[in-house]
Amino acid sequence: MIHRECGVLKTTYEADMALYPLPIARWAVGVFAVLFFLVVPLTVHEYYLSLANLVWIAIIGALGLNILVGYTGQVSIGHGAFMSVGAYTAANLATRLGSPWPVNLLAGGLMAALVGAVVGIPSLRIKGLYLAIATLAGQLIIEWTINHVTFISGGVQASIEVARPRVGSMVLSSQRDMYYFLLVFVALAIVGTMNLVRSRVGRAFIAIRDHDIAAELIGINIFRYKLLAFAISSFYAGVTGVLYTYFLGIANYEQFQITVSIDYLAMIIIGGLGSVLGSIFGAIFVTLLPIGIRYAMEAFGGVFFSPQTVLNLIPNLRLMLFGALIILFLVVEPDGLNRLWRNIRNYFRVWPFAY
Amino acid sequence: MRHHLAIVTAVILAVGSLLTAGPSHAQAKSEIVIGVQCDRTGPTQIVGTVLCPAFHDYIALVNSKGGVDGHPIKAMEIDHEYKVPPAVESYERHKKEGAVTMAVYGTPQIYALTAKLTEDRIPGTSPGFGSAAAADGGRYPYIFPIAATYWSQGAAAVEFVKKQLGGNLKGKKIAYIFYDNPAGREPIEVIEDLAAKEGFQLKTFAVPPPGVEMGAQVLDIAQRFRADFVIAHLFGGAPSVSIKEFKRVGYPLRKVVSFVWGAAEANIDGAGGFAVADGYYAMQFAGVGTDYPVLNEIREMYKKQGKEPPKEMASTVFYNRGVLIAALHVEAIRNALKAKPDGKLTGADVKGGFEKISNFTLGGLVPPLKITATDHEGGGLVQIWQVKNGKFEKVTDWFAAYQDVVGKHIKEAAKK
Repeated sequence: MIHRECGVLKTTYEADMALYPLPIARWAVGVFAVLFFLVVPLTVHEYYLSLANLVWIAIIGALGLNILVGYTGQVSIGHGAFMSVGAYTAANLATRLGSPWPVNLLAGGLMAALVGAVVGIPSLRIKGLYLAIATLAGQLIIEWTINHVTFISGGVQASIEVARPRVGSMVLSSQRDMYYFLLVFVALAIVGTMNLVRSRVGRAFIAIRDHDIAAELIGINIFRYKLLAFAISSFYAGVTGVLYTYFLGIANYEQFQITVSIDYLAMIIIGGLGSVLGSIFGAIFVTLLPIGIRYAMEAFGGVFFSPQTVLNLIPNLRLMLFGALIILFLVVEPDGLNRLWRNIRNYFRVWPFAY
Repeated sequence: MRHHLAIVTAVILAVGSLLTAGPSHAQAKSEIVIGVQCDRTGPTQIVGTVLCPAFHDYIALVNSKGGVDGHPIKAMEIDHEYKVPPAVESYERHKKEGAVTMAVYGTPQIYALTAKLTEDRIPGTSPGFGSAAAADGGRYPYIFPIAATYWSQGAAAVEFVKKQLGGNLKGKKIAYIFYDNPAGREPIEVIEDLAAKEGFQLKTFAVPPPGVEMGAQVLDIAQRFRADFVIAHLFGGAPSVSIKEFKRVGYPLRKVVSFVWGAAEANIDGAGGFAVADGYYAMQFAGVGTDYPVLNEIREMYKKQGKEPPKEMASTVFYNRGVLIAALHVEAIRNALKAKPDGKLTGADVKGGFEKISNFTLGGLVPPLKITATDHEGGGLVQIWQVKNGKFEKVTDWFAAYQDVVGKHIKEAAKK
């Protein structure tokens, strides 16, 4: 938020520990809440809500990955696989036991956390690229297991249909219903992450990222906190997988392949490693930019080319433009969109009296 | 700092102009929209870059003749790179633009959209991919495979092998080499049932993704298992590799029959050309070659506009499949308009239109499908073509096999 801090006179510990110490920031959060919970869903077309829903799912996943990669400094290429663990846990519970979605959601998250902690064990001995390859192995092993063990995958098709979630007597099926359903979890995930990273656990994560030997010397249990980071990150991934499953009505193994892991990694790198807002920016950017480029091409492509050529050009040019824009943004600001945003904010904070 | 600001301002302006330049164009009242999903840039682009232009060519042909009962058809294409989230976006966009039928592309995509299609009551087609269980129109009312599913292809392959081996499979050895993903494994249960029924020995050989390394499996088939016939079910670049490998170990290609995704000119060219692949059998759900009246009409249409026919037409297998998919959508719309001449079609009307398709053959390019409210596959008809004399030659006419066994599996799947 663009505002100037003044008159901050804290007299209690509670005031000092508040998530938003300034009233204006609290009001801004309130305005955003009203905007997204009331104004947007009641005014825009369902199509735009479907875009929002894809963004919501991406935000939760990106937040989870950022906890691990951005805050704890442990590279992971297995995020998509942890999502599939959550998705199949929930789908199996829903179809075999008929359990309600809150139970499945929690179980999916916890199962993913467990598997994530196991996959994270190599992080105790290896770092950086080596750890990336170890998590890549985790991704492939989980993919293979789901693909081949019919007890988990529910048959050779490796896809399990799941009934729509119910709240009371209401079945959530339209994009508008899903919008609310997902938005609740997005809010929880954002608030949860913001609080996590300023807690004792979060500070331990950051200490490990900055220098793990130093962290160990000041008494941080590396073993515990590295695995905890993997578990928490995978919990987010598992929840993302469960929400995705309920969003689509099906858990399918091809929805969680390695390209998904890479997409999420791209989101947090573009958005900004080690920042909550960066995860959100990155998720929005990666999800919506290709769509925005397509709209632009549809609007202007016909001016230069025949319709058949435009159809062939759109997807190819979109890929190229998308790649070019990622490079451009990272060259302009290597620390990601979050840093770009902070620069703008800092500029306006003193505007027009810079120096 | 200032140049950062300039960039950000430019981006904000660009986004703002995008939002205002969005889909605000009004539609002609009687236009009928088909939502077309496509993969021209993803892992299956060798299919999409030919199949999608063919779809548009056929729609252009229909429109050049005045549309369907005077209603112009608009095929709105969105490329999804074979990814699921863009396919969801594409579906919602098509729905917003008023699409009454959707040509979905890709197995994960049709799975992801099944629930939505059913809730929104819009028919979606999955020719040659998706779940074989979707042939059951009672269980999946809005999903239309409209071509032989992998189960029907498996049954047809066994029938073909039986004919090639003299009408009796007792004691014969058949190898099934497949891409190790759900689509590759899907037909195994049907082929296993047929092995028990016909008394042949079946051995399966999995090729792990991405399917470029299968020397060991092919050597095993040729030297150790010594298969009497091979049924291949591979995707992407894998069929070309399999042809090369069979050639290398000296296994005769006239003892190999491939499912529909290893059956195109691109697969043969990838293996080194038609001379190399001589003898290879390929299964088809659309006619092959350039010798069909509808293709002549498309060439005529281009000639009238003073243009050369598109180069995609040379890749006849994928091109003709694109024409088949487009033609079946148009035929469903035509049937729906017969029942509702005012042109205000809904998805449910077009679903009814699909279920009235029968004996629509387009001069032999489309099999004589009979799609009903319970059978959305239309009979599971395929043709077998062989690589011979530098081109594909037709070996069998349209046929379906062991529909009782396939039907049993569809029923079992519907109970789940």
